[in-house]
Amino acid sequence: MSATAVMAHLPALAVVVPLMTAPLTVLVNRPALVWRLATLSCLLTFAVAVGLLARVLELGPFVYEIGGWAAPWGIEYRIDAFNAYVVLVVTGVSAVAMPFARRSVEREVERDRAYLLYCAWMLALTGLVGIAVTGDLFNVFVFLEISSLATYVLVSMGRGRAAPLAALRYLVVGTVGATFFLIGVGLLYEMTGSLNMADLAARIPPIADSRVVHAGFVFIVLGLALKAALFPLHAWLPGAYGAAPSAVTAFLAGTATKVAIYALLRVVFTVFGARFAFGTMAFDVLLVPLALAGILVASAVAVFQQDLKRMLAYSSVAQIGYMLLGAGLVSEAGLTGGIVHMFNHALAKTALFLALGCIAYRVGTVTVASMAGLGRRMPWTMAAFVLGGLSLVGVPLTAGFVSKWYLVQAALERDLWWVAAIVLFASVLALIYTGRVAEAAYFRPAVPGGLPDRAREAPLSMLVPVWLLVGLNFYFGIDAALSAGVAGEAARGLLGGVS
Amino acid sequence: MEHHLVLRVAAKLLIPPILLFALYVQFHGDFGPGGGFQAGVIFGAGCILYGVVFGVDNLQRVVPAGVVRVLSAAGVLLYAGVGVWSLLSGGNYLDYGVLAADRVHGQHLGIMLVELGVGTTVSAVMIGLFYGFTSLRP
Amino acid sequence: MLELLALHYNYLAVVVLMMTGLYVVIANGNLVKKVIGLNIFQTSVFILYISFGKRLGGTAPILSPDFELYSNPLPHVLILTAIVVGVATTALALALVIRIHRGYGTLEEDEIERIEAEEQGGAG
Repeated sequence: MSATAVMAHLPALAVVVPLMTAPLTVLVNRPALVWRLATLSCLLTFAVAVGLLARVLELGPFVYEIGGWAAPWGIEYRIDAFNAYVVLVVTGVSAVAMPFARRSVEREVERDRAYLLYCAWMLALTGLVGIAVTGDLFNVFVFLEISSLATYVLVSMGRGRAAPLAALRYLVVGTVGATFFLIGVGLLYEMTGSLNMADLAARIPPIADSRVVHAGFVFIVLGLALKAALFPLHAWLPGAYGAAPSAVTAFLAGTATKVAIYALLRVVFTVFGARFAFGTMAFDVLLVPLALAGILVASAVAVFQQDLKRMLAYSSVAQIGYMLLGAGLVSEAGLTGGIVHMFNHALAKTALFLALGCIAYRVGTVTVASMAGLGRRMPWTMAAFVLGGLSLVGVPLTAGFVSKWYLVQAALERDLWWVAAIVLFASVLALIYTGRVAEAAYFRPAVPGGLPDRAREAPLSMLVPVWLLVGLNFYFGIDAALSAGVAGEAARGLLGGVS
Repeated sequence: MEHHLVLRVAAKLLIPPILLFALYVQFHGDFGPGGGFQAGVIFGAGCILYGVVFGVDNLQRVVPAGVVRVLSAAGVLLYAGVGVWSLLSGGNYLDYGVLAADRVHGQHLGIMLVELGVGTTVSAVMIGLFYGFTSLRP
Repeated sequence: MLELLALHYNYLAVVVLMMTGLYVVIANGNLVKKVIGLNIFQTSVFILYISFGKRLGGTAPILSPDFELYSNPLPHVLILTAIVVGVATTALALALVIRIHRGYGTLEEDEIERIEAEEQGGAG
């Protein structure tokens, strides 16, 4: 096939590459070889994602018909700036976390089960990319369940007896969420006779007063909000992130909830349209207070966590609040802020979780108490953690600053100064909880016998991914032309002619 | 189950038709109701019935756990592979029409192979689940 | 009202099953029963979709000159996928339940929470 032919098939390849890798990992079944295969596949998928984004930016949105069947009868993959951006984030996080995973998984997962972890990882990647590229609502459900089932398996492979319990809790909530989504899709199909997003967008406005459509909207939004861990539907998240193997947590923190938020925004803005969602259904009246409550409560809870994985997990709940706050403000600046925060938060949180993975690799436990004196023993890891934390706080020159800048601007645009105040106040809370770790690592003396002898600097194969992400945090904090530019494009695409 | 004579005789009578019926559902799937999912489940159920009545060890001799693992992966690979084949033949992903000289024949071929992949994986996964749960010691 | 319910008794069954399932998932402390509740909940959606596809007096969607009214096959195909997903979810859930039972020696949620609380109390 020629290069142009490959370019035309990129949307399918983004899903097919990880999908085909998954059974191959089972057939190969040798940990080292499987990891190489998975890494290669992650890098290849990332390259596909880069190609997709370049093509979208060059040619504008385009459509790929699976099996050659035209929509609305067939399934189409519809690529625009928004989902090309999301695919880039998902595959990018996976491509960075996978090289890291080898040493981490060796330590945390039994050798004869490691290949299953990589298989589930590839399936989760398949599902997440699939949700992002598809233009068919039922296809979203199928990919949602592929990624969810794989994610439950990944979480259950963590150490200790708490891992299967956390996975089961996640499974129950996730299944209820996905089933709600399914009910909503069914109601919409019954009213319109279509499952294609673009087709639905044209068919819903004439029947927007129907109570069935209203119910469908509520079911779909509720289901996806459960998946996205929108406060107060977040209870599954800290347990799942806390129990999963370190590399998996880093992968999930950067991808899973982001994709659910993508699906939520896609349904709300593209399928139902901003006028219906925020006019008829007054979704922002619910969304903005919940997002703000999530930002405040989850940040406050994070301050009091002893387990650092759980601390960062609660911080993730708060960051999800930022992303959805941007959507709730229903303006170009707000949406840009929310979408660019998906990107920036993926950079910051994955870096932090990977740094925790390094610490777990050397020290074993990751509590605030076990950090004492670690600044001297693992200088590079702790420095990366602190710099990643600064990006999470939103210090100028870091990526986190860019998204908060947009959000504050969007809030002030609509004279919601108290929203801006809450965003800034929560940054102080983020400073407190990341500061606690830095304080313990640098200023508390090591407890004699507290750190095991093997607590020295993490191996290079783990440090390089961490520092790559930390570097990107600063790069996109200084030059946000790419990250915020594409996010702005995506926001304009979502708002369409409404604004 | 050694002493359940009725069960053993009945199972011996039932299992061959069940497996045959699975194949019928599998290969009739592209003309009428049927297909890989259903065929795979029926085939898997036939094997599991054998395992329940005559013991898992005997079933393991017919379909070893390693074979089940390979088959469950091979089915997915066949499915995705057909898609890649259609890509290489110049069509879109999973466009069966380009697989043969005329489109109708290509559609038949494509759907048959894809359903074969689905059937293989589903039956292998069913048996694999059975092995997984029966190998647990309380 | 009564007539409406009588004509759409399948939707009534959907609502009853859905609420039963959700109630069991939320209110029951036993993990196996939670999984069963989840199954009942999913089953209600299966019936919902199958009801969507049915046309009164319609026949199976195999083209024939003898019939004019056909049921819609698409919801049935969709829900077949959802049923398969449901089976996979149940299998995974039961596998997890077995591992939880091995770890904690019980499947009652309040007992597990008590064990977890003791563990954290001992550690902290």
